[in-house]
Formats: sequence, structure tokens, C-alpha cells
Amino acid sequence: MVDHTSTTPSGAEGRGPEARPFLRFRDDDPVGDPAVTVNAFLGQGNATAVRIEPGDDTRELLPHLDRVALVEVNFPTLGDGRGYSAARILREEGYTGELRAVGNVLVDQLAFMRRCGFDAFEPGEPLDAADVEAALGRFPHVYQQAADSAVPIWSLRHGKEAGARNG
Amino acid sequence: MYRYDQYDQAMVDARVEEFRDQCQRRLDGQLSEDQFKPLRLMNGLYLQLHAYMLRVAIPYGTLSGAQMHILADIADKYDRGYAHFTTRQNVQYNWIKLEDAGDILADLASREMHAIQTSGNCIRNISSDHFAGAAADEVCDPRPYAELLRQWSSFHPEFSYLPRKFKIAVIASPTDRAAMKLHDIGINLVRNNEGELGAAFYVGGGMGRTPMIAPQIREFVPLDQLITYAEACLRVYNRHGRRDNKYKARIKILVHELGADEYRRQVEAEFEHLLAQKIEPPFAELERLCEFFGDPGFENLAEAEIDRSDPEFALWVDRNTHPHKRPGYTSAVISLKPVGGIPGDATAAQMRLMADLATQYSFDECRVMHTQNIVLPHVRKADLHALWTKLDEAGLATPNLDQIDDIIACPGLDYCSLANARSIPVAQKISQRFAANGKGDTLGELKLKISGCINACGHHHAGHIGILGVDRKGVENYQLLLGGSEADDTSLAKITGPGFDEDGIVNAVETATDVYLANRADGERFLDTYRRIGMAPFKEALYG
Amino acid sequence: MIILTGNDLATGAVTWWTGSAWSHDVADAADVGDQADAIAAREEAARRVNVPYAIQAEIGPGGIVRPAHIKDRIRGLGPTVRPDLTLKPGDADAVREVI
Repeated sequence: MVDHTSTTPSGAEGRGPEARPFLRFRDDDPVGDPAVTVNAFLGQGNATAVRIEPGDDTRELLPHLDRVALVEVNFPTLGDGRGYSAARILREEGYTGELRAVGNVLVDQLAFMRRCGFDAFEPGEPLDAADVEAALGRFPHVYQQAADSAVPIWSLRHGKEAGARNG
Repeated sequence: MYRYDQYDQAMVDARVEEFRDQCQRRLDGQLSEDQFKPLRLMNGLYLQLHAYMLRVAIPYGTLSGAQMHILADIADKYDRGYAHFTTRQNVQYNWIKLEDAGDILADLASREMHAIQTSGNCIRNISSDHFAGAAADEVCDPRPYAELLRQWSSFHPEFSYLPRKFKIAVIASPTDRAAMKLHDIGINLVRNNEGELGAAFYVGGGMGRTPMIAPQIREFVPLDQLITYAEACLRVYNRHGRRDNKYKARIKILVHELGADEYRRQVEAEFEHLLAQKIEPPFAELERLCEFFGDPGFENLAEAEIDRSDPEFALWVDRNTHPHKRPGYTSAVISLKPVGGIPGDATAAQMRLMADLATQYSFDECRVMHTQNIVLPHVRKADLHALWTKLDEAGLATPNLDQIDDIIACPGLDYCSLANARSIPVAQKISQRFAANGKGDTLGELKLKISGCINACGHHHAGHIGILGVDRKGVENYQLLLGGSEADDTSLAKITGPGFDEDGIVNAVETATDVYLANRADGERFLDTYRRIGMAPFKEALYG
Repeated sequence: MIILTGNDLATGAVTWWTGSAWSHDVADAADVGDQADAIAAREEAARRVNVPYAIQAEIGPGGIVRPAHIKDRIRGLGPTVRPDLTLKPGDADAVREVI
């Protein structure tokens, strides 16, 4: 299984001269296919990359996860948090491919996005590498179980060691 | 009381540094106000009418003496010598500088306090019964469950950008002292037929411009599934709550539009899914939390008779104390509603006195009530007179709990940039009117609540008498409402008719109380009489 | 007249555009005519003010600038229930004049 919890990205990369920089926390090669809308994806048997908008029902993708290599989740505005649920549901349902947050992604949101299962980021505005490192290393613990492998404080208190996952 | 361990402290300390850094980035211009605003709001920092305002979380309203002391110190050091206790059991400062915010949070963290999630579209401070752990009628102390929810909701990665703010209250008594059904989620801890403890969930209540009483969504959630069920309730809301219109974005609108049955169906489906994810904390954690809220060291006292020879003291005892579960103890309410005063405000000196009295007389513990008063929860009856004497000397012994002058008032247009009208001067004039005409003492329980705008921070929908300030062509105008209740007999108040100016609303309140006095049957409260005789006699007297 | 107000970024204090700088006293506010947006954008970009906005005002009794809406008049003075914390703590009539 891909480690979704590394705090160090594999490096800010560009996808050609026109592409904006993006962050990736995966070792496999980025998917080059353009992501299509959920409707287009469900209508095309061969698409491997899909883009979820806030109003889409993520669960419509579940029967087709075996052919998905990239899910982009769009954050058109900072305050629309539906994409956090979309990401976490995908991870809970066993999706292990790339999960990329795109759009209005601030460095201050990265840690929560990582916890919800995102492992790639393509922000509208480039992020400063030092800010990314600081933001991801800021909090030493987590209180609750999410889509990453971080062990909640309430498990650490009762003998579970960091690195072990519930269940 | 709950105490932080190294984990809690490390998280709060990290938040201090994070926010210090965010403030600095704002001051340096790296963050625009649009970018900074959601970040500062998640740390309780508003830009208000006159300055920045900082809201500090007081989880379930419980404070130690040392915590109350640091709140007083902050009032002196960074503000203007006072603070305001709020209708969500928090405290706020009105004159904060952005450049001081990091230092203030560091001072708070030094006493296991913070301002995390006291604003913004996230899960806010968990409120509870201010008599928790003391009340004679509770099935258990609700605060361990509130604390578990506090930890679960802190820095929640999925639920920090909700459609709108989210407020949870937890109670454990048949008597509701926390307006439980007027919260986004109200949790009532109950025992089932087998005697097991569990949680009844009420979802989709609230005040604001569309007041609603929360329907029960589940009668009994086992305690070892509490967090999972809450997570399911929130996930359905985060995914499907409206985001097209901020005035329709609260969960009450979702539950109302879907209907309670359909919302329940969706939550149950999500709950089944989440149970398989094993996100529930270990039960040992709940047991650990319960230990913090056990017996603080009660003595085995005989039930004591209180010497009532001083009539002023006797009146205060009758009005401002509440039955305790242990013989020889009582809970004492310190009124922050002196006649003509500003409801909920306390000076730094008063806060220090309350802190010291909590240490001396109440096992180092005090509580903030949602009615903006302070409770010393565990006072020996034998100490009551000494306590009262010290309070009286400091102007803190007004005997008016749940009387007409125990008014809830939001800050209103004197402080709040959302307000349409001032609330505080209306509260001041009403309390002065009823003190001067002597009627106040004849009315019994009468809960009067004033909001300076439709957002209803002053709970006007839930007042036996409610007042709503509106802007009528640039002039303050006040609507009168009757018949609300935030207690277990929850009801929403109805508007009487056209509004009044500031003096007119004071007269109208007196007129409404006159109708009550003329019509009340034996033992009836204002609310009971209103419910029996209806709106018509009041309308006739007000507008006839 | 149109005047421009906002808050100081670092301290949060209410400020008013005087035509060349920001003042804490609404009496110093100058008519900005049709320049409100331009001044606001420039001053906010320079972080000399936070969330500036333009409001209607008039010259009131005694030649003093008086914002048209009560909310801005209270912003200009301070909380009416704490005269000691207002801009004019010694002036017994100040609160009455903004209402």
C-alpha cells in the first residue's frame, strides 16, 4: 500500500513548461491522462482519470475504482469543504491511486487534506516549499482517526504505538 | 476537572505557534485578508465594530481558579480591564490587537486554555449543563462525553470547512439547562430499559433567522459508538448541507428540507459504513475521562439548615442556589446582572475575586452559564453566608437568577459589526424600570432575552419574553416576542406585532408583565400563563 | 459626502481617511468623492488599513463630520454603554449625539 502519510513530498515538479508546479507524495509516475468529469467518466468505459466537483456524489465512482488511476478533487473556493469528505470516502472504500487536490489550496489546508487521503496537490497558486514543510510538520499528533495512518492521541494513551493502525 | 496531558499540551502549543506564524504572515502581507479571515476565525479572532475581538473557549463552561485568573490577567494586560461572558459559555475580549494575538494564546496555553474553533465554519466549543457533576437530577456527569467530543472535534480534518458553524450541547438530566434542542446537535445522556447509559441524538435545532427545535434522530446510541455516530451526522451534513446561500447553510435547513426521516436514513447508512472503519476511540479513553470528573473530595456532611435570619441573604439563597446531589452542599450562582449593568461583563478584579472564591469554597472550580452568569458548583451550605458576604461587598450578589432582570443580551450594536440595534441599553433600562417600580420581585421566573440582530446570539426566540432589535430605515427598532423556552419544554417565541422604539419596548415589556399579573393562576409562571391564555390578551394590551 | 473608514491592520483600531493619512477621529474624515475605491485599494495594498469601505456622511452641527448610519457613528465614538472607553470620555453629550 502506498504510504499516504509521508510529510516530505517527492519534490515540486512541473508537467511541462505550461503546467503549474505541483506536490506529490507518491513514488509512482504521475498519470498523464486528462481528468474528465464524473458524468463523462461514468459514460466512458476507458477513462482512467476523473475530476470530482464539490456537488458530485463520490460514491457513484465506487463500482469503477478498479479502473481509476487518478482522482482530482476540485476546491473552487477555500471554504467549500465537500472535497475532504469525497477524499476520505474514496480511501475508506479502498482506493489507492493518486488523489489530487486542485484549485484553491492554501498551505494552511495541506495537513487536513493529507489526513483525508490526498497525496498530490496542484494549487492555483504555487506553494513555498519551506511553508509546506512547516505546515505538514506543525502538529505533533492527531486527535481522531482519519484516512491516514496517524495513530490518534486516544490510542497512544492506551498503549498503541505510533505507526499501528486501528483494526 | 479535566487536565491536559502532554498530548493535549503539545497540540495547543503547536496551535499557538501556527497562529503566531499566520498573524505574522498577515502583518507582513503574505496573506490577504480574504485568506487570513478563515484562519483567524478558527482561532476566535473577529474584526468587530471597534477592534479585533478574541473569543476564548471554555469547554463545557468549566474553569479552574487559575484559569479564571489568567482570563483576568489577559483583560488587564491586553484589553481594557474587563471581559464578556457569552451565551455559549465562552468569554470574549473586545479590544484586542492583532500583534498581541499570539502572546495571548500563549498565555492561555500556559493554563490549558485556547481559542481553537471558537468561530468559523467548524465544530465550535462543546457546551453543557452548568450544574454538571453537581445537579441532583442528573443521570451522570455529561462532561466526560463533552470532553471526548471536544478532542474528537479539535483539528478535525474533514469537518473544518463545513457549510456553516456547528454547535453541540451535551446534557444528562431530564431538565434541560443548556438549550440542548436549539443546537445543531443536542445530546442527552439517558439510561435505556436495561439500565445502560447511552446518548439520545437531536439534530437540526438552532436559533438565528430560521429558528427550529431539533427532532430526535436516534433514541439511543451506545457509548462505545458515540463518536462514530457523531461523525456520521457531520459527514451527511458536510456533503449535503447547502452551500449556495449562507442563510440556508445550517444543518437545521438540511434536516428540515430532507425531513427528519430521510436525514436519519442517510445518517444510519453512513454510520454502518463508518462502524466498519473502526474510528471509535478505545473505551478506556472514555473511562479515563470519567475519572477527571469524579468526586472532587466531598465531605460526608449532614444535611444542613441554612440560617435565614438575614432576609437579604435568605432571598439570595432562595433565588441563586440550586439543589446539589450531595447532602450539605449546594450550587451557588454569581449574578453578572446587576441592576443597570451590562449583562455578562465582569471586571478583572471581579474575575479574580470569583476565581479566589471558587478556590476557597468550591473545590477550585467555577462554571460559565449560557445565561451569562457564573456558578460555584460545590459550596458547603455552611459556607454560604460567608460566600454571600464577600460577593455582596463586590457587587456580585444580585439575587436575580431567572428573574426578569437576569437578562441575556448579546453585545449588540455597541460592539458587534453584525448588529442592527443596541441590546445592552435596552437590558439596562428594563432592569432599572423593574427595580424602580418594584414589580420585578412579584414576577417569579421570567426569562427575558435580547438580540441585536436576527442572528439571535441573545436567544430571543427562546425567551419567555424576547426582544429582537432591527434596523428600520437607519433607526433602531425593537420587536417583542412572547412564549419561547430553551428548557425541556422547548418552544419558539412569537412576535406580538409591530415594533417599538427604545423607550417603547421598555413600556411594552412592562405591559406584557401587567397582563400576566392580571391573569395568572396560582403557581403559574409568565410562560405558563401565556401558554394558557394565548397571544390575544397581550396584543390587546399592547396595541388595542 | 463620501468618507472612507477601515481598521488599523495591527491594532484593529477604527480609522478614517483624512485625505492624506488615517486618523482615529471621525472629525478628521475627508470627502473622497469618487476616489474611494482607488484610495482603498492603494492603502489596503500598502497595509496601512484593513478592510476599508466607503460610507455616506454629512457635515453635522458645529461643522463636524457625521456618518449617515448609526453603526458608523458608534464606530466613530465607541460603545455607547461605556462612555469611559469612547473617543470622548469626558463629554457627557457625546453618546446622545450619535444616537
